[in-house]
Amino acid sequence: MSNKASGSSERTTATMRVKRGLAEMLKGGVIMDVVNAEQAKIAEDAGAVAVMALERVPADIRADGGVARMSDPAMIEEIQAVCSIPVMAKVRIGHFAEAQIIQALNVDYIDESEVLTPADEAYHIDKFAFDIPFVCGATNLGEACRRVSEGAALIRSKGEAGTGNVVEAVRHLRSIFRDIKRVTQADEMELFGMAKDLQAPLPLIQEIAETGRFPVPIFCAGGLATPADAALAMQLGAESVFVGSGIFKSADPAPRARAIVEATTNFMNPDVLVKVSRNLGTPMTGIAMNDIDIRLADRGW
Amino acid sequence: MKKVGVLALQGAFQAHIERLVSLGAAAHPIRFRSELDGIDALVMPGGESTTMSLLLGANDLVAPLSDLIGDGLPVFGTCAGMILLASDILDGRDDQIAFNALPISVRRNGYGRQLASFEADLQITGIEHEENPFRAVFIRAPKVESVGAGLEVLANVDGDPVMVRLGPVWATAFHPELTDDLRVHAAFLKSL
Repeated sequence: MSNKASGSSERTTATMRVKRGLAEMLKGGVIMDVVNAEQAKIAEDAGAVAVMALERVPADIRADGGVARMSDPAMIEEIQAVCSIPVMAKVRIGHFAEAQIIQALNVDYIDESEVLTPADEAYHIDKFAFDIPFVCGATNLGEACRRVSEGAALIRSKGEAGTGNVVEAVRHLRSIFRDIKRVTQADEMELFGMAKDLQAPLPLIQEIAETGRFPVPIFCAGGLATPADAALAMQLGAESVFVGSGIFKSADPAPRARAIVEATTNFMNPDVLVKVSRNLGTPMTGIAMNDIDIRLADRGW
Repeated sequence: MKKVGVLALQGAFQAHIERLVSLGAAAHPIRFRSELDGIDALVMPGGESTTMSLLLGANDLVAPLSDLIGDGLPVFGTCAGMILLASDILDGRDDQIAFNALPISVRRNGYGRQLASFEADLQITGIEHEENPFRAVFIRAPKVESVGAGLEVLANVDGDPVMVRLGPVWATAFHPELTDDLRVHAAFLKSL
């Protein structure tokens, strides 16, 4: 036995604990979509815990149509150069070659995202094959479990990106947390039926029943536009929020970004929410669900 | 029962609270000044140090925490918490808060980005190991590049200090709250 401080050691990288570990560090924070270095700087100045580098924000992807793909590596490198916080980037569902490129860029997290045009209509990326951790979207517990069984280290609600409408994110969070509660209250026989109904791998359902919690953090994404939206998501049980179009499609992004950061921390304190919500200017316009042609949340299998 | 406040502005504060509670302490989250009343110790968790700096200012916690630390309140900082406690921050933001409680020069993300995050077995001074080293998780961890007089180095990795102590102020570059091994938390509580 030695109690001496001595030099170590074998370093083991890319374990599930290391992959989930960064998600743990992002809790209680705001991850902001940015399309260039200037926006990345504004996001970091406003207190973002990470930025998501993408070619166009979801509202523009929705407006422009066409195929949405991984960002240009040069743009991601510019963003990495100006900010000191973690940088995430999106790849198309199933597009493992895009993921290989993003990993080679030394990005911190990959979002295998329904916001981009899917590359594979049957399979998601085998995320265990990568050292870089992945976040994936989900609309319900079964989908969340399938993504974790493929190696995702973080789950976010899909919501309906680019709408500025929080209703779908609320639906997804409520569905996921309601079913987690049901699983934790079920007896062992019921778990077999639940796994089948949810189309979720049985061992994961059994793990949730045993531990009383989902194995990776669950964040909220899709349609958040105001500090109140962030507070709503956090009170519903989300552990952090992604804000996409909601910041840089608003009239005055910097104060809104900062207000959403403060609201996410102080989500239980209405006095702070009043203070930070005041005089933020016009939020992004937003779209009602009946008025959209494409539901991005339907992408993913 | 010791009352431990856990700074809960952002990051892995819940994991710290759960581990402290399982060791018999009364742990609660700190977001506002009023929540500091009567605490015996403070934990500063991992997370994003720049975000926490901004929120420390927004929630008017900088002066009260400086006063408490100056008065000798025991504090334990992990990762971002170590950065907040340092006297000198490298690769930080100019407006970033440093409470100057530990004479260390610490480089943010000194081990690299997420792909360089790692686990390693540590031998920690003051902790019983027998055949069981402490499995430490480092996430975009800060690297201690130099230490000042009086600082105890309790553990290191390849020659770099990863756990340090100056009297009542403790800090780790790693995350004891991410494993089920409670020995580091227990050692801090025992010191109170």
